[in-house]
Amino acid sequence: MALKPSPVRRSAANITGLVFGLLWIFPVYWLVNNSLVTDDALQSRTPSFLPLDFTWAHYETVLHDSRFWSALRMSFGVALIVVVAALLFAFFASMALSRFRFKGRKIVIISVLVIQMIPAEAMFISQYKMIDSWHLLNSMLGLSLLYVGASVPFTIWMLKGFVDGVPVELEESAMIDGCSRMGAFFRVTFPLLGSGLVASGIFAFLAAWNEYTLALVLLSSDNSKTLPLWIQGFSGQNQATDWGGIMAGSTLMALPVIILFVIVQKKMAQGLVAGAVKG
Amino acid sequence: MTVTSTRAKPGGILPGRPEPPAPKKRRRNPLPYLLLLPAVLIVLVDMGYPLLRQITMAFQHFSLEQQFGKPAEFVGLDNFTRVLGDSAFWLTLGRSLAFCLVCAALTMAIGIGGALLLTKLSRAVSVFVQAAMLLAWAMPVLSSLQVFQWIFDSRSGVVDWSLAGLGLQGMAGYNWFSNPVTFFAVAAILVIWMSVPLVVFMVYASVTQIDESMLEASTLDGANGWKQFREITVPTIAPVLLLVTILEIIWDLRVFTQIFILQKNGGITEQTNVLGTYVYQVGLSGGDYGVASATALIMLLITLLLTWRYVTQFLKQGEV
Repeated sequence: MALKPSPVRRSAANITGLVFGLLWIFPVYWLVNNSLVTDDALQSRTPSFLPLDFTWAHYETVLHDSRFWSALRMSFGVALIVVVAALLFAFFASMALSRFRFKGRKIVIISVLVIQMIPAEAMFISQYKMIDSWHLLNSMLGLSLLYVGASVPFTIWMLKGFVDGVPVELEESAMIDGCSRMGAFFRVTFPLLGSGLVASGIFAFLAAWNEYTLALVLLSSDNSKTLPLWIQGFSGQNQATDWGGIMAGSTLMALPVIILFVIVQKKMAQGLVAGAVKG
Repeated sequence: MTVTSTRAKPGGILPGRPEPPAPKKRRRNPLPYLLLLPAVLIVLVDMGYPLLRQITMAFQHFSLEQQFGKPAEFVGLDNFTRVLGDSAFWLTLGRSLAFCLVCAALTMAIGIGGALLLTKLSRAVSVFVQAAMLLAWAMPVLSSLQVFQWIFDSRSGVVDWSLAGLGLQGMAGYNWFSNPVTFFAVAAILVIWMSVPLVVFMVYASVTQIDESMLEASTLDGANGWKQFREITVPTIAPVLLLVTILEIIWDLRVFTQIFILQKNGGITEQTNVLGTYVYQVGLSGGDYGVASATALIMLLITLLLTWRYVTQFLKQGEV
């Protein structure tokens, strides 16, 4: 039987799985491990595989760095604006795409996919000039504005799969009971999208949290940097690279994302698959 | 209002064609357009306008002087002929394509393999592998970049140390970022490491939707594992595979951040440029916006050419 493999094959699979998992978890382990050992251990030619020369010193350095806090504020602010705006716009758009058949609908759906292909580098220069002409360089608003546009298509893509999953009948019966069309969207469908909103919201959050290049182009002043810019600048600050500080900073930057991922892991893959299956 | 019956579809994954939602009979209903307006507007402002601007610039002589107010003159296809006549561009293009195809192919192979492996594992190992995938997936690209630079560091890096320990004395203190071949090897390992988890999760999510009884029946009919994979598994997960392949090709061709930051280690920027960093270098560092825009447009065209077949297939398959 194919469904109950022999014990030998099963343990072969388990060993392969173990190696696979170890390979993939290693860089994460290495990051955390090296953020917790002393500079002497880091400088030694023999790597320390366990944090035996343990210290919190690198975290203290980072947490006492005012640039870290300003970058954290900037990153959170931008991500928050992006999540709220992208979800709202994408909710409206996916209602339109899921509940109506109208002229131009197919073009919109194809555009959502094709937009992903436009190389970001193709737009930097004119995006920079546009933001500059609005006097929004080095500002939270300017960066968020561009991020919202970049994440809306992907958010629509994911959310539409979830909207398709909510039966139209629910809205229709609410409308028979006297609800307006928009009222039905907001009072009936919106609450039922819970997991879809969470999943697509997290994707928008991540895109904003991780983005490096556009931030590099738009933000040059020291107190407007986002976390990715801050961590990259960290290596250039001192003459000798402070690897411990970089590892601690990178771990702190990854922490919120890891927590978010653990919360909604299943929903995210499902959201993507739902989008793929349902178009 | 006519109400066509639509089956309730759970939010999860349903293989096969879903029924289209009830078509609305009323003609020229403005509501869908109004609903789309905010999304379309912001995308047009953020991407539509800059793209148009960039397309215009690709046909203009546009460098620092024009940046400071000198009117830009149209030069026809001049920028394009300059790009296409530059051997550095062709080398970069070849490098980008090779890098993209190798990364996308390996990512898909490892990802599909990993997803199928997950179905065969005992519970504890499966949880461990999924946790490892999740952590790797969650890592911000800048964090990953820092740790990979540290892992491949020439002085205290664990890779050089291990290779030297295995008897390859020449590898002690080897600088991976100073040679284009090893530079791209590290970049590819990083990109694949980052992309595999998404493929594993998406493929696994759709593989677990396969009807077990179909597999059982085919086993009774004498189908072996490979045959089952080709005739049952692949067709079921085809839409997901197509989508992931498209995304991987797009993402790997426009790879920028990883290369851009790794380049800071080696000092061999010219030999390690990919299309994204090339455009950045010509445009933002070099100030030749016209040529950079033309290159960016060529890059967009190549992406469309590479993915068009998949995209049309995908649109046909997933009933839009």
